[in-house]
Parts: sequence; C-alpha cells; structure tokens
Amino acid sequence: MSHIEIRDVSLVYDTPAGQVPGVQGVSLDMRESEFLCLLGPSGCGKSTLLNIVAGFLTPTSGEIRIGGKAVNGHGTDRGVVFQDFAQLFPWRTALGNVAFGLEMKGIPKEERDEIAFNQLKLVKLEKFVKSYPHHLSGGMQQRVAIARALAYNPSVLLMDEPFAALDAMTRDAMQRLLADVWRETRKTIIYVTHNVAEAVYLADRVIVMTPHPGKVKAEVVIDLPRPRDPLSVEFLDCQKQLLAHLGETHQVS
Amino acid sequence: MRDGVPAISAAGLPAPERWIGRGENARWRVIARTAFPFLVLAAIWEIVARLEVFPRRLFPTLEEVASAFVRLTLSGILPHHAFDTLVRLTAGFAIAAIAGVIIGILMGRFRRAEDIFLPLVSIAAPIPGLAYAPLFLLWFGLGNFPAILLVAFVSAFPVIFNTWTGVKAVKEIWVRSAQAMGADNPKLFRHVILPGALPYILTGLRLGLAQAWRVLVGVEMLAAVPWGLGWMIFGAREFLNTDVMLSGIVVIAMIGLALEKLVFEKLENYTVVRWGMMS
Ligand SMILES: Nc1ncnc2c1ncn2[C@@H]1O[C@H](COP(=O)(O)OP(=O)(O)O)[C@@H](O)[C@H]1O
Ligand SMILES: [Mg+2]
Repeated sequence: MSHIEIRDVSLVYDTPAGQVPGVQGVSLDMRESEFLCLLGPSGCGKSTLLNIVAGFLTPTSGEIRIGGKAVNGHGTDRGVVFQDFAQLFPWRTALGNVAFGLEMKGIPKEERDEIAFNQLKLVKLEKFVKSYPHHLSGGMQQRVAIARALAYNPSVLLMDEPFAALDAMTRDAMQRLLADVWRETRKTIIYVTHNVAEAVYLADRVIVMTPHPGKVKAEVVIDLPRPRDPLSVEFLDCQKQLLAHLGETHQVS
Repeated sequence: MRDGVPAISAAGLPAPERWIGRGENARWRVIARTAFPFLVLAAIWEIVARLEVFPRRLFPTLEEVASAFVRLTLSGILPHHAFDTLVRLTAGFAIAAIAGVIIGILMGRFRRAEDIFLPLVSIAAPIPGLAYAPLFLLWFGLGNFPAILLVAFVSAFPVIFNTWTGVKAVKEIWVRSAQAMGADNPKLFRHVILPGALPYILTGLRLGLAQAWRVLVGVEMLAAVPWGLGWMIFGAREFLNTDVMLSGIVVIAMIGLALEKLVFEKLENYTVVRWGMMS
C-alpha cells in the first residue's frame, strides 16, 4: 500500500481580486521512505500542494491519505520545514526548539532533552545545543529546523525550499547532510524546489509542475546510485531531461 | 573602504569593550557625561534661588531641599509616604498588567473579542486618566480602593494596546510550526503567542507604568488618603513647604528610575535582548 495517496486534489484561492487557482487535479502516490521532489517555476503551486499535505490548507476538492488515513488538518505524523529561517522560536535555544514537539506530547524533560540532543547530533550541531537561533548562521538554523521536524518522529517530512535562501556552498553541504539524514531515518520526504540540480541530487522521483494553473506536467524517476556525483554524465543527463520538461512549460505559458 | 570602517566606529560611539579596555578613566568620563546636564540644571537652579528671583520660601536653595529631604527621611515620614504610594502603584499596576495582557491577547487572537474591545479601548484610552478620578471617588468613596482601581483602569490601556499589536505581529510561521508539532490552543498561547509578543508586551507595561504614576500621584491629591507622595506634595502647598514638595518630586523620580533600571532593563536583558528580538 502506498504511504501517501493524493487523489485529484485541487485548491482555488478566494481573493478580493477573484479566484486564483493554486493547484488543479493533482494525483500522486508515494511509497514508504520515498524521496519525492516537486519541481517547477515559482507560482506553479508547489507550496500550495505541500501545505495541503501538511494540513494547513484544505483542498477545494480531492483527498489525501497518509498511511491509509484521510488527512484532516495538521498532525504529528508529519514534520514541516519552511524556507524562512525565522521559523525557529527565537526565545528557545537550539535544544529547546528541537524539544518543542516532544514537550507538546508531554514527554518528561530529561527524556526529551536526550532525544533532542541526538537529533542535533544527527545534523552535526551538538556543539550549539545551548545557542539561541540569532547566534546561528542561516545554514545552522535550517539544520535545527530539520532536527526539530524529525524529533517527534513523524513518518513524513515536508520541506518547502529549505535551502533556497542559503549561499551555493552551504546549500551543497546541506544537500549532502540531508541525503545522509534521509538514509539514516528513512522518512518519506516531499521536498519542494525550483533548482534542477538539487532535485536530481536528492530525489528518487521528480514531479515537474507547470503554472497557470498549477498542474503536474511530468514525472521523472532518478535511479542513479547514491551518493550521487553531480559531475557524472548520468547526472547531467537527468538534469537535461528535467530542463527539457521545464523548457516546454515555459513555451506554453 | 574596508580600512575606513573600524576608524569610523572608533571615532564614533565607543563600543563597550573600549571602556573596559581603558579601565576606570573612561568609565568616569561616561559618568561625567551623563551627570553634566544635571549639574548645569543644578547650577542654574542655585543661581535663581540665590538671586531670589522668587521669594526664598517658594524657591529654596538645593541645600535647603537636601536638608528637608534628609530630615523627612530620617523621621520616617518620607519613607512612609513613599511606601503607601508604592503599594498602591504595585497593586493597581499588577491588576492592569494581568488584565491588560489577557484582554490584549484575546483581542489579538479572536475576532469577536477584537470587535467588542477595540472600539471601547480606542475611545477610552486617549482620555486623560485623571478625568475619571471624580467619578471613581463618587462611586467608590475616598481612600485606597478608588485610587488602586483608577490606577488599574487607566494603566491597562497601553498594556492592552501593545499586547494586541504584539499578538498581531507574532509570525504566522511560528504558529504553523507549533501547530505542526502538535501544540493545541492553550499551549500555543503559552509557548508561542506570549513569548512571541513579549517585546511589545514589555513596551506596553513600560508605558502602562508611566500612566500609573501620573494618575496615582494625581488621585492621591484628590482622594484625601492619609499617606502618599501625591498627598504629601499637595498638603505641603498649604504651608508653602516647597522644600517638602521638591523632596517628594525627587523621590518620585528616583523610584521611576529604579523601576526602569532594576526591573524593566533587567527583564528585557534576560528575555527579548537575550533572544535577539530586541537590541
Ligand atoms: N495565500 C494566497 N492567496 C491567493 N493566491 C495565492 C496564495 N498563495 C499562493 N497563491 C497563488 O497560487 C499559485 C500557486 O502559488 P504557490 O503554491 O505559492 O506556488 P510555488 O510555491 O510553486 O511558487 C500562484 O499563482 C500564487 O499567486
Ligand atoms: Mg513556494
């Protein structure tokens, strides 16, 4: 059985200026521990779709099931990481941020601090346990955010361009780290990006989306061995293939 | 360009490290710079007093004020007045702080509460607090009760307003993150909304306390309380005891400064400054 089923999901935004289609007729199936990338130019509905899966938005029509259960609002079976560094709570240390979900679950302090510490270790931040977010770099803050989303052990991790605001070198390091984290935790991940190389580096499968209205255009399976070599011929071939799909969308729109 | 930056910052406002680096000498200079305007004011005061521009009785020298201050302090009269005023201030302001923060948060989070409270608060807030004093005195009689109630009522407005603004300014992404991690509404209030709005709440408390002072000293003059700085200052008028009045004003200034430095600055440094939410 698939872990995540997205059935014919559409969402229309009601704005004062009229109705804006967010996504239209998206259907997808994901297996357990799959790494899926949503790729497309801005405005194609990637964030909308992710927020529907997260439960922050209710689709106008269609249905989403996770582990066979219909999604209805947010739930701790999903962890969410946003692009904005400001997602961390400035009033909590790195450890306090990561322990937040466990605290909400009512897990005793000692136990949750130990779990949170191990999560920070997973993202290589064990030296910054007591730091407040404003003393951490953007890359470190995003790593805390990943640790925080993993700490209460959701089966699904939803990430909306988490590294898009980082400089290129940090971004490369973060992608490697995320690939390692995924290999160790085996979460089912939906990862939103508009960066083709990032999608090829991370994904088992890439969903190419097109704007106006947001729709699924193509689906490309990336079955390169991991860890992937961004300079290999096969890697570049995959990029070309995705770029071709994206190029067509540009001509259409 | 790059060389110019440290040179400019060295010539401009000194960084704290530089004071420490130069030691005592530099620290004294900072103290001297802070004290300078007060010394000038004191000198002008003294000149006006000695020239007897006003009758000496109405415009005493600093020495006379100081000696009245010492005399009133040693006799326990001034401390008693100050203590009673502080008790009223604390009681009234505590009510305002608690009620104000609660109402402000409700207004910020619930549309219904906003619709009800916002028009009322907007109309009542700009009215000078002392304008309500006669009403409160008629309704609740003389003494402590109406004074505390009036202080609470008047100083709640800035707390409500700023808390409301602060709650509105809480980042949606914090709320989403917390909800995604399983925070229910009560937990969201305590762990996200309250700390997230704290920079504004602290500002509101500060402004509220200033309001509380103003209205309290005023209402003490009207409420015929036996003790209190406002009453002391007002009562001294009958016997032209300007030195007593000035002693009272000095105590009010000192308490205000102490609350600012010992309470608000400490609180801020421990919270919003440490969290990088305010510099
Ligand atoms: N809150 C909103 N209100 C109205 N329209 C929105 C809102 N969020 C997104 N949209 C519109 O929905 C479409 C998809 O947006 P989005 O999901 O953010 O795309 P992406 O994440 O791929 O850039 C865009 O046309 C966008 O303008
Ligand atoms: Mg987006």
